[in-house]
Amino acid sequence: MNRELLLQVLAQGTQMTLVLLVAPLAVGVVRTVKARLMRRQGPPLWQAYLDLVKLLRKESVLAESASWLFRSAPYVIFPLTWVAAALVPSFASGLLFNWAADVVALVALLGAARALLALAGMDVGTSFGGIGSSREMMIATLAEPAMMLIVLTLAFAAGTTRLAGVADFFVAEPLAVRVSLALALISLIIVALAENARIPVDNPATHLELTMVHEAMVLEYSGRHLALIEAASYLKLVLYISLLVCLFAPFGMAPAAAGIGGWLVGLVAWIAKILFGAACLGVWEVSIAKMRVFRLPDFVGVAFVFAFLAILLSFLARGVLA
Amino acid sequence: MGALAVAAVFAALARGAALAVVYPIATLSALILGATDLNVLMSGQDLVATLPIGLPTSGGLHLRLDSLSAFFGLVINGGVLAASVYGLGFDRERELSKRVEPYFPIFASAMNLVLLADDAYAFLFSWELMSLASWALVVARHTEAENRRAGHLYLVMAAIGTTALLFAFGGLAGTAGGYAFDAIRAQTPQPMVAALILAAALVGCGSKGGLVPLHAWLPLAHPAAPSHVSALMSGIMTKVAIYGFIRIAFDLLGPPAWWWALPPIVLGSISAVLGLLYAVLDRDLKRVLAYSTVENVGVIFVALGLALAFRANGLQAGAAVALAAALLHVLNHSWFKSLLFLGAGAVLHSTGHRDLDRLGGLIRTMPRTAAFFLVGALAISALPPLNGFVSEWLLFQSVLAGANLPQASLHFASPAIGALLALAAALAAACFVRVYGIAFLGRPRSAEAAHAHDVPLSQQLAMGGLALLCVLGGLFGSQLAAGLSPVLQHLAGSSLPHVGSGPTVFSLIAFDPSRSIYDAPVIALFVAIASLTTLVVVHRLSERKTRRGPAWDCGFPDSSPTTQYSASSFAQPLRRVYGSVAFSARETVTMPPPGDATPARFSVVVVDHIWRVLYVAPGRGVLLLAGWLNVLQFLSIRRYLVLMFSALVILLLIVALST
Repeated sequence: MNRELLLQVLAQGTQMTLVLLVAPLAVGVVRTVKARLMRRQGPPLWQAYLDLVKLLRKESVLAESASWLFRSAPYVIFPLTWVAAALVPSFASGLLFNWAADVVALVALLGAARALLALAGMDVGTSFGGIGSSREMMIATLAEPAMMLIVLTLAFAAGTTRLAGVADFFVAEPLAVRVSLALALISLIIVALAENARIPVDNPATHLELTMVHEAMVLEYSGRHLALIEAASYLKLVLYISLLVCLFAPFGMAPAAAGIGGWLVGLVAWIAKILFGAACLGVWEVSIAKMRVFRLPDFVGVAFVFAFLAILLSFLARGVLA
Repeated sequence: MGALAVAAVFAALARGAALAVVYPIATLSALILGATDLNVLMSGQDLVATLPIGLPTSGGLHLRLDSLSAFFGLVINGGVLAASVYGLGFDRERELSKRVEPYFPIFASAMNLVLLADDAYAFLFSWELMSLASWALVVARHTEAENRRAGHLYLVMAAIGTTALLFAFGGLAGTAGGYAFDAIRAQTPQPMVAALILAAALVGCGSKGGLVPLHAWLPLAHPAAPSHVSALMSGIMTKVAIYGFIRIAFDLLGPPAWWWALPPIVLGSISAVLGLLYAVLDRDLKRVLAYSTVENVGVIFVALGLALAFRANGLQAGAAVALAAALLHVLNHSWFKSLLFLGAGAVLHSTGHRDLDRLGGLIRTMPRTAAFFLVGALAISALPPLNGFVSEWLLFQSVLAGANLPQASLHFASPAIGALLALAAALAAACFVRVYGIAFLGRPRSAEAAHAHDVPLSQQLAMGGLALLCVLGGLFGSQLAAGLSPVLQHLAGSSLPHVGSGPTVFSLIAFDPSRSIYDAPVIALFVAIASLTTLVVVHRLSERKTRRGPAWDCGFPDSSPTTQYSASSFAQPLRRVYGSVAFSARETVTMPPPGDATPARFSVVVVDHIWRVLYVAPGRGVLLLAGWLNVLQFLSIRRYLVLMFSALVILLLIVALST
């Protein structure tokens, strides 16, 4: 019993470390793929690690008008994102703390991190910070309900809102092709692009543009604080790719109590899937242009409508069967 | 015990004249009453009393404190306690007024009396007393025209509400005319009569609670009152309205039919979204909070509607989850809304401004208030691990269970409810990020905000206590849900059966452990450990050097605070996305021709359709009718005699024909 528990704690710890280690690599893959498709050399694959180390080493310059909220927010935003990323089943589904938060709580944890980041963006009192926060919250009012409806659709299909239960359901029935799930997939991809500030919603490579959203919010951060904010955004990318593959391509994932052998297989499969997902994102980003800010509601609104159709269809299906 | 409770209330009432003693006595009586309520809720023993006053037909004034009233009593006395402690800090020379302090205990005790009422007469009497006392508080600062207007509208709406309730109780009593609640429970009204009673109850309680479209008075009246009274009106009095609806729909009206669920669900979800859309576009700090109350009351009505639907279909587990969501939201909202209104009061007191665009930077000048307000703002945005999320979570669980409802309209209403609630939650986050970001963060936008100071200790204590409750309520939601068991058992026929049987005692379980668990302490601990690890690791690895410098702002820092984002500019994207649909919002920019030195003009038009169609138009109709009937005042005596004679003849004809 004790050994079992120890193994579980170990597995959970592994996952927490793992998401942290893989996240910069995934970002590196996106950047490298983009650079190569644009026929540029691009930075080395591990540049994101070097960036984090560089930022940690640099001194932090705080604006004169920054309050305690600005300084402490990174120490809450990063752990919230980290915990959320660690809750999504990656290489195995039945990890120790999976039961503590379900899909609804997962969406809300990310919402908490976003609200704090938006507050931090407004703390210094500059026009760019306000522009970023205001737009981020506007996008969130469309993306968050869409996300909530997506997870409710999936939970409804699996008959449980527990993440592990949902993942187990999709491992058991990987080919459960349903219209509602297809709609949920499209919607989740749009939400993932919006939440990770990716093209066409936002451009992560920009640093002085009137259309920037995420970068405008974090403009005043520097040094170790910026390192944490950046790491949180890397983690968020891995979280969403993880969520997509765990729900829609769960092959290889170890079920609960699979033992170390199953976990190793799951681990290799998971890392391969994350890197593949990151490469796909790179291809997507070079093949499409960024949208104007006020076209965004249409784009993210599509996610909301699709998610609503998805949950409506799944309720309809239940009605017909019953 | 019941007599003691009433006596304590009246003690507060009688001493109301000596202004300064009001708050200590109110504090004490709120404590005693709260303890009584807690005792009743724990023991499950009803307290009953009959006073020899009231209608002669009903045999005295019946009072009863059962588990439902005891739960709401806890909500009310918690709020009264916070407001009274806040009141202790008022400056005795300058801040007490004969127009406020005497009415405060009357208002508090009237709300308690509504809960104690066990017959229709006592209920309506105390309901009306509550309305009038709060009206007196709304018009306390009657020298401002805006407050007089708010008071007028409130009086009209309260009169409409009480009239509707009068009809509801008339229908409940039926032809037999038994006005005691026991007599009412004994009989079941016809379906048509039940529908009328439900509609009347919805108008009566909905108008007091601020359900759209009866909400128009609320954003005017709640902010007009002194801030600690605003906290009571918004955080607590709306809960009395919800109590009234629960008492009628779940207790007095008999076994529910499934279609009873539809009106509260539809009106509630409209309120939830529309309330926040109003809030997110408003610039007045207290009015934003009042609009957000409309949203929260809407959410509670949605949960109540779902509970009715489950109960009508015999799905007791679903009814228990939905009702638990409603009641926990009642409790949670009373905490964070009171906290936010007290915080707004502190801001108003220390800066003199309610306009968001004249605030800013208060996190440095009023650090304690800012910290407490932050907790309230995050809690009301339903963010974990605070208390708002617990009720939100339970509500989403019951929405998912809505698939088990056999009626097509309810079956398909569930996903729509889920969509609207999710939208409301996201809008709430945007709304409160805006409020907090503009008022407390950034740089001060006025001299008063720059020189603000924190409020007296007792006022900090009141806010701090509520903030602590928001945190504890979020962590120990399952314990609160377990405490609700007697009420749930009584009204839904089941409680949450698996609470406490999860992996830890803090696990909140909606249906059964394999379906849904939320364990706030474990998550909080997890985040805390991660946070601590981050802190230690980062400080080991990093340089730890920090330098203060001017803001970067992409190389163009501007020293003027007016270059910051304002409340209006923060709302602009939301106004464009949602306002164009809900309020026909239009922006026009008038540019001068080239070479002309006149400034460009920017104007925004926002139309409140509900106000235009449902308030202004009938108001005009009444005036027009009054204009016509005005002729009657200036007739000669002969014509009056003819009118009276013909009225008599017509009445006699009616009597003759009907017999």
